Amino acid sequence: MDSMTLIAMASIITAGLTIAIGGIGPALGEGRAVATALSSLAQQPDAAVTITRTLFVGLAMIESIAIYCFVVAMILIFANPFWNHVIAQTVAK
Amino acid sequence: MHLSSDDLVYWQYGFFKLNATIVTTWGLMLALTLCAKLITHDLADEVRVSRWQSLLEIVVTNIRQQIEEVGLRQPEKYLGFLGTLFLFIAVSNLCTIFPGYEPPTGSLSTTAALALCVFAAVPLFGIAESGMGAYLKSYLEPTVVMLPFNIISELSRTLALAIRLFGNMMSGTMILGILLTITPFIFPIVMSLLGLLTGMVQAYIFSILATVYIAAATRVRLEAEA
Repeated sequence: MDSMTLIAMASIITAGLTIAIGGIGPALGEGRAVATALSSLAQQPDAAVTITRTLFVGLAMIESIAIYCFVVAMILIFANPFWNHVIAQTVAK
Repeated sequence: MHLSSDDLVYWQYGFFKLNATIVTTWGLMLALTLCAKLITHDLADEVRVSRWQSLLEIVVTNIRQQIEEVGLRQPEKYLGFLGTLFLFIAVSNLCTIFPGYEPPTGSLSTTAALALCVFAAVPLFGIAESGMGAYLKSYLEPTVVMLPFNIISELSRTLALAIRLFGNMMSGTMILGILLTITPFIFPIVMSLLGLLTGMVQAYIFSILATVYIAAATRVRLEAEA
């Protein structure tokens, strides 16, 4: 198996695993956050505005972990420096 | 595949590239400045004001209230910087409703530039508020051992600001593009609705985080007074 195949295989498998595993944690965290927000909304409906706003801010922070994994996966697939290097070498030959 | 609007180059001269990101950013800046100039060139003070002036007043008052809620005592000092951040990101994310438009915040260059602005503004505001010595001493805050961790946290939260905004906007445009080739009927409209919502939320998040960082940096003097 030459290095080109190896790089392509490793990049694609890692990209898939990154986004798959990286999506688990944030999803669980966001589920817990929304559940707690709903129960506190039920307890104190008067504070609905503050709770909702804090919920959205917290969700965006949790979401950013999933976004980091997504960015890494995108880089591996579309802007992969090792793949570009190997392609440049093949074209030069 | 087209990852961001940096790839679309209109004109190139040696090292300097005029790509779609720069053109869109300058277009947005022009539109915002023109709107502001047109609406405020004759500010009215009476009870009956024009609706555009009311709109701007609502926006400015709400941003000011948000800055005050986070804990900054004199919001006027920070209103220019933080309000500009929010308005620029919000308008650039909102304009994705126009077809054929690519948000400049979907390019890592723009978000890195905005994050670097926040990175530079936090010490500047902190030093303006409490002086160079007190601000630098705040890095040694709990113990001296925390100095490298404080510096690392400054760098990493700047990086997180840039990547969060870039990832959200880039994923929105990319998913829309992919969906348009697969199911070009109703589903992309729902996805673009979601994209608009996340765009607004991300604009709010970016400016609130910048406000919180500045508030943390200027808090030093209040603690010293107390």
